[in-house]
Amino acid sequence: MTNVESLATKPLFGLPLAELWFALLFFIFGMFLFLDGFDFGVGVLFATRNDDHEKEQLLAAVGPFWDGNEVWLVVFGGALFAAFPSVYANLFSRYYLLMFAILAALGLRGLAPEMYEEREDDRWRTLWGYSFVIGSTVTPFLLGLFVMNWLVGATGLITPVGVLGGVTVLVLTIVDGAAFLGLKTRGALRDEMRDYGIRAAVGYLGIAIITLGVIYVTEPGLRSSFRSITVVALVMLTATLTGIYTVALRRRRYYAAFAATATLVFGLVGLVATLLFPFVDRTAGLTVREAIISTLPLNIMSIMASVLLPIVLGYFVVLYSAFSGPVDTEETYG
Amino acid sequence: MVDPVLASRLQFALTTIVHIIFPVMSMGLAPFLIYFTWKEIRTKQPVYEQLRRFWTRIFAVSFVVGTVTGLVLEFEFGTNFAAFSTTAGELFGGPLALEGMMAFMLEATFLGIFVFGRDRVSDRLYFLSSIAVGLGTWLSAVWILIANSWMQTPRGFEIVVENGNRIVKLTDPLAAYLNPRFPYMFIHMQNAAVESVALFMAGVAAYYVFRHHVWGYPIKHIDFWEKTLKIALAVLLITAPLQVIQGDEYARHVSETQPQKFAAMEAVWETDSYVPEYIVAFPTDVNDLLNPRTKDLFGIGIPGGASWLASGGNPQATIRGLESFSTKAPPVAIVFWAFRIMVALGFWFILLAVWGVYRWWRGELFEDDLLHKALMASSLLGFVAVEVGWIVTEVGRQPWVIQGVMRTSAGVSPSLTGAEATFTLLGFVAGYILLLSLYTYVVGRIIRAGPPPRDELTQSDAAHIQESEVTSGD
Repeated sequence: MTNVESLATKPLFGLPLAELWFALLFFIFGMFLFLDGFDFGVGVLFATRNDDHEKEQLLAAVGPFWDGNEVWLVVFGGALFAAFPSVYANLFSRYYLLMFAILAALGLRGLAPEMYEEREDDRWRTLWGYSFVIGSTVTPFLLGLFVMNWLVGATGLITPVGVLGGVTVLVLTIVDGAAFLGLKTRGALRDEMRDYGIRAAVGYLGIAIITLGVIYVTEPGLRSSFRSITVVALVMLTATLTGIYTVALRRRRYYAAFAATATLVFGLVGLVATLLFPFVDRTAGLTVREAIISTLPLNIMSIMASVLLPIVLGYFVVLYSAFSGPVDTEETYG
Repeated sequence: MVDPVLASRLQFALTTIVHIIFPVMSMGLAPFLIYFTWKEIRTKQPVYEQLRRFWTRIFAVSFVVGTVTGLVLEFEFGTNFAAFSTTAGELFGGPLALEGMMAFMLEATFLGIFVFGRDRVSDRLYFLSSIAVGLGTWLSAVWILIANSWMQTPRGFEIVVENGNRIVKLTDPLAAYLNPRFPYMFIHMQNAAVESVALFMAGVAAYYVFRHHVWGYPIKHIDFWEKTLKIALAVLLITAPLQVIQGDEYARHVSETQPQKFAAMEAVWETDSYVPEYIVAFPTDVNDLLNPRTKDLFGIGIPGGASWLASGGNPQATIRGLESFSTKAPPVAIVFWAFRIMVALGFWFILLAVWGVYRWWRGELFEDDLLHKALMASSLLGFVAVEVGWIVTEVGRQPWVIQGVMRTSAGVSPSLTGAEATFTLLGFVAGYILLLSLYTYVVGRIIRAGPPPRDELTQSDAAHIQESEVTSGD
């Protein structure tokens, strides 16, 4: 019984669980942004294709994955609700319309490939092809806008830094998608995707620096955080990795480029988390420690998450190994 | 402009009413798909591969649409019911997070393998994927129903005031998660899902069997549909009686734990003994026809029936009337009629199952055209029963969002304006009409196209042909 009692009164192993959950939350968001990010990127790059066969290949590349990738967003929502319920409540009711716009765009992105494959006639495919591109473009943009609003504690829905944040995330998904397509396509299609990837990477570095500069100037409250070692390190990491990504793509090292993308995404998410900390909701003035749930449910959730999340990562290993390598030229999205 | 509280309630009702269709389809199909996959691998009979592939397509579409509507649902607690989320998050958020990690992840990742990977993985891993997908859908239900049942019979918590907010604090996780309602709800929901899908399968199969055997149109792969019909009827024969028997116990449990809901189900206003079980009831005054809370009712019923049901056998038992509660009654007419429709359908499904299996046993299953028509007409009625059942559960517990702890109206986001809520409500109506039309259209096309051609199935190099066949728009 003593164990159960201590579960209710003391944090597990005396760990700083509030901070760990804050980190876990951003890790989950990073997983979502990295994995679904390449789905979005593929959706954006879909707009550059005119050939039906190439379009089929892009859809086939993300076909088995996107749904599982999107579940990271479900887990993010659940984890935020479970660990910081007041933040979950404040954040989503504050950016009410933005949230529904994200959900609508995400819905369109999910529905479009399913519909696209349903019929072969041109008008139908044009309609759902456009829907796929729009859904895949608008979702990451709005997600970036949302996260930026969250970070700076904006009260309005559309803010200048928010728009910059949106563009940053959108461009990052193209970087991500191009690296992924490097692994999933062959020949001329892959070469073209590679060129888009290199251009997007250069663009990403530029827009990220501009965004950070604008935050520094317009958000005096965040200025002190900028001088922290972590922030400087993450910015330098981003610059280095953009270089590595570009070189890797030039040398056709697609796995290296993909790994660089992952680090870029987690670098960005880590940057946001570092700038936000110790707050978890700046507008509501809630710090991590204030917003965290009480000890008993926190301990339970910590045990559950530390058991379940490694298993979940295992599922993804199984899934991605089952579909490793380029999609067959004959293989399509069924 | 609609009031934000009303708009939020309508929007949430709409979200759940539309969303539940897709989980019912996937939870109900899951055991069938596991069975088909197992038989396909074991017997190598092409009909099982056809069954597996055909119903997997419907599963996959339902899953995609269910993800879209489910994601909305998950975030709607925050957008529209922020006060509820703040109050109940400690208890309510955990199950939602665990649903994502434990169940949804399992389902979504292995569904990728199950839908796209037949030729890429071994038979064993493929069969395991079918189980993982099925387990994922059912584990989702565990966590979602833990969250919902806790709102109906909340246990294992205390209320503390923090920063002026009433916060529900978890004190006993086992009591909270395994609250009294959970087992009733879980069995009722899961069995309903399987029963609804069995009815759907039987209805679709009956259509083809009817056209082939009664009208004499040649239907390709008629044995596919005959097999589907038989499997569906066999499952219906098990699930339909179970649903009614278990439903009776569930209703008794409701009368003990949520007497106000039970009184609304039976339209009992005055506390009384020897309460009749009304079959129908109408307002005595025409002006009250649209008032769901009118008290002057004329009903035809079985004397002592409601008392007998509530007490488990005593027609003299007392039932607490709606007048005796301090809170306003839920809209009684909605709960009363939804309950009756559900129960009537439950009995109708038993009749259908017995009728169908009797014909099957006599060797007349493919000749009875009246049975075929009845099955066709009932193909969607399982879903109707699920909808009205949830209406009884959710409308019946009003005005409480957490029974006895928090009212629904107090749970709405304080910052929400009427304009925002009205705008999104209209968007939901339009979006969900579109979504449902597309879903119906796609499922209709899959059904009209029928099972995949058999000559392609058994070839060792069938993969490419299959894939191109699937995409050729059937």
